[in-house]
Amino acid sequence: MQIDGAHPDFRAASARALLDPQLRANFRRAMDGLMAKRAAQFPDPADLKAMRDLGTAIRARSLLRLPELLEQLEASCTRNGIQVHWARTCQEANGKILGLLRTRGATRLVKGKSMVSEEMGLNHFLEANGVEALESDLGEYIIQLDGETPSHIIMPAIHKNRNQIARQFAQKIKDAQFTEDVDELTAMARRVLREKFFEADAGLSGVNFAVADTGTLCLVENEGNGRMSTHVPPLHIAVMGLEKVVGTLEEVAPLYALLTRSATGQAVTTYLNLIRGPRGQGELDGPREVHLVILDNGRSRIYADPGLRATLRCIRCGACMNHCPVYTRVGGHAYEAVYPGPIGKILTPQIEGVGVRHDQLHGSSLCGACAEVCPVRIPIPEILVRLRREATHDDPGSRVEGKGTGRTSAEDLSWRLWAMVLRRPRLYRTACWFATRFRRLLPADLPLLKAWTTARARPVPARRSLQERIRKEGLPHA
Amino acid sequence: MPEARTAILALLRAADAMEAIPAPDPSGLARRAWSPAERVTRLRKGMEAVHTEFLEAAPEDWPRQVLDFCRREGVADLLLGPRSGAGRALLAARSPGDPELVPYEEPVENFKDALFHRIGAGFTGTLAGVAETGGLLLEPGPEEPRLLSLVPPIHIALLRASTIEDTLAAAIRNRGWGKGRTNNALLISGPSKTADIEQTLAYGVHGPKRLVVVLVDDLVG
Amino acid sequence: MPPWECSDAGGGTLRPERAYFYGTCLVDLFFPEAGLAGIKLLRRAGVEVVFPEGQTCCGQPAFNCGYREEARAVARGQVALFPGDLPVILPSGSCAGMMRNHYPELFHGEPDEAEVRAFSARVYELTEFLVDVLDLRLEDLGEPVKVTWHSSCHALRDLGLNGQPQALLGQLARVELAPLAREAECCGFGGTFSVRQPELSGAMACDKAADALATGADRMLSTDGGCLLNVQGVLGKQGAPLRVQHIAEFLWERTHAD
Repeated sequence: MQIDGAHPDFRAASARALLDPQLRANFRRAMDGLMAKRAAQFPDPADLKAMRDLGTAIRARSLLRLPELLEQLEASCTRNGIQVHWARTCQEANGKILGLLRTRGATRLVKGKSMVSEEMGLNHFLEANGVEALESDLGEYIIQLDGETPSHIIMPAIHKNRNQIARQFAQKIKDAQFTEDVDELTAMARRVLREKFFEADAGLSGVNFAVADTGTLCLVENEGNGRMSTHVPPLHIAVMGLEKVVGTLEEVAPLYALLTRSATGQAVTTYLNLIRGPRGQGELDGPREVHLVILDNGRSRIYADPGLRATLRCIRCGACMNHCPVYTRVGGHAYEAVYPGPIGKILTPQIEGVGVRHDQLHGSSLCGACAEVCPVRIPIPEILVRLRREATHDDPGSRVEGKGTGRTSAEDLSWRLWAMVLRRPRLYRTACWFATRFRRLLPADLPLLKAWTTARARPVPARRSLQERIRKEGLPHA
Repeated sequence: MPEARTAILALLRAADAMEAIPAPDPSGLARRAWSPAERVTRLRKGMEAVHTEFLEAAPEDWPRQVLDFCRREGVADLLLGPRSGAGRALLAARSPGDPELVPYEEPVENFKDALFHRIGAGFTGTLAGVAETGGLLLEPGPEEPRLLSLVPPIHIALLRASTIEDTLAAAIRNRGWGKGRTNNALLISGPSKTADIEQTLAYGVHGPKRLVVVLVDDLVG
Repeated sequence: MPPWECSDAGGGTLRPERAYFYGTCLVDLFFPEAGLAGIKLLRRAGVEVVFPEGQTCCGQPAFNCGYREEARAVARGQVALFPGDLPVILPSGSCAGMMRNHYPELFHGEPDEAEVRAFSARVYELTEFLVDVLDLRLEDLGEPVKVTWHSSCHALRDLGLNGQPQALLGQLARVELAPLAREAECCGFGGTFSVRQPELSGAMACDKAADALATGADRMLSTDGGCLLNVQGVLGKQGAPLRVQHIAEFLWERTHAD
């Protein structure tokens, strides 16, 4: 997702976002609230550690057996009457879904929340092909009304305040009165969407966890629109990234517990919906057909690299972005990508190319707040450093998308010079001598200095360096 | 399309080998086990915190509690599964003046309009409860269709105290919830809600606006 | 252990008689007093300090940007200065984290990997060493002062520093430690981040400075020169009265009589 087809530029996009006080206030308030809620759900550090260890092990082991589990999932689903499709690319997935809709004459699709469908650009694709794709999750509905994209993976409309939403509803919903009352706004959306569920030809959902042994799709939600989308229309299509499968339902329980607490600070969501098949023998409701589309879109390439595979452990809780000091200040749109925040910073470059997304790789101070809260211990800062390497070096044997395409001769030269000086203590000492003797005279336009001084006074070296003092005066006495 | 499948699996299998990872070990988790009476208290606390309503009942009088609730709340039509044990008990207890008990016994296509626009409440039983967080576990199927607990604005659910398990994991283990008896299995913790508008909680989004749990005290002693 | 015997200093580690000191490039150039203070604190505690010549930089900036070969070449030079088995003490959480946690991976597969691992196992951040190894006792000789503590991200999360600085400050009777709002939130330095993403870095630094000023403290303390430089830069541009100071310098100032 790029602005004007130009290279995404995280620095420029963040700089713009930083100038928007409303956005900053919205996000600060929202993130502070989410951090506090999560903390309240994990009062016992030892228990939290055990939960995270368990979640990490479950996800890591599932990934270890991924091809096997996917085959088992397909077999179980097929036995249950869920038709399974595979798609290497987003285009393939979109095409498949359109095909399913067309052969059943479906033109009105109602959607539960699915980040994978955003990745696919499904809504635009379907609209361009004569299918109405209506978002039913309240946050997604709100941004769809405005033609926007989500700014957070769990709370897509988090960048909007109630006044913005009230104005939008009053404008875009038929017969709607202006109100800022949250209950009234919610009731409006309920009314509109209820009719859509009623009329829809098909429903689309994501998959939070797919269980291989019983062929079960697990959906986590609070609003009920997921259940509506998957039980009311005669056709249900589920889309999932291929990494979402686990072996058993017993493994879902601890992951579910981590997900709800890490994402929104809830011990449990309103609903956990398990779908094992279409309308069964003797059932009076439920869809006639259920289809599962398994999407690759670069995940198999990430999977193949042991150092990067941890990226796929993600259970899409959003805790990383809730705790990220960068995300908090610029919000999700600055990332110009489907997945924002820390997980986005490692996922997007691996899918789209590390050179194209080099900007995002450096949009992090490596503070580690994300890794500290990740329920499945994805070492995000470590992976960021690895991807920065991949962006600037074409290492043989690396399968990373776009490796080496972020290399610039300027940066190469800078680090070579840096190493040249720092490998030679005498050169280093000479540099320090100059820095201390001319401490206030560095020209303000020096590139690094200019960047530093956008918000800060120039740094002034000490009169004498530590090493010079020790050399001249000996070790200081106690 | 078999090519996509073959290609994807081949790519996954061509990955660099990784070390085995030791089996997940739940023994480090804090203890989550309570007495039967404590389980009831915990479940209620968790569910009431998210606006679930409770009616207390004895094993013999719960149908009357349900019917009286509907009378009080002005529910004219109560939808239920007529062939389930709980449904039959409710049908048997109905007297004149009680709300109409509408049997869900035809495919939804035959009465979708009434379901969406007229029915005031839906009644279901439950398989079990979850004490740790609060929650009901259901297995909708031929006897109690899926939409019973979703479309009507009020969902009334029968929960026997003796079926409350400590945790979701315990319920899966002890009761086999979600392990394949039915095509749909459900955990419900309260009426539907959202916090998508300024992170302010609003109840009654797409699912039921009210969840009423009829808690039958069938604990021994 | 019989009650009449004294336990080992902190966690059963035997008290070393000698230790190396690694200045780090930021302390060398910008906070030499912190380096001198660290050495003095150690010497006063009875540890003989060895300060090898030829130190430059731990290599972290290049490492964080993916320039491993350059980082390794520089790192190798540092390791070579510290032979034997003495502890190596640094007045920086970020550099200590680099040397202890990232050198082993950086040298994975290299001929000197074993030597580097052995070196990494001897690396300590200063407050960590003062508390966990020396169990240092401090007596406050200064006038009442109010300070606030900024926990540098690398010290906190990479190194796992867990209360050692606070334990030292807690021993100073006339030092009031005012809690810093969002104490554990990054100040925005992040090494090259500060110049590659100057707007973001500046915004984070401004917020940190504002939080520090809001405590009413005279000084903001930290284990890390990068954080200090960063926040000092913002305060300097604003002309704000708050002073930033390295904890080593502060501890020495409070506990020695001139």
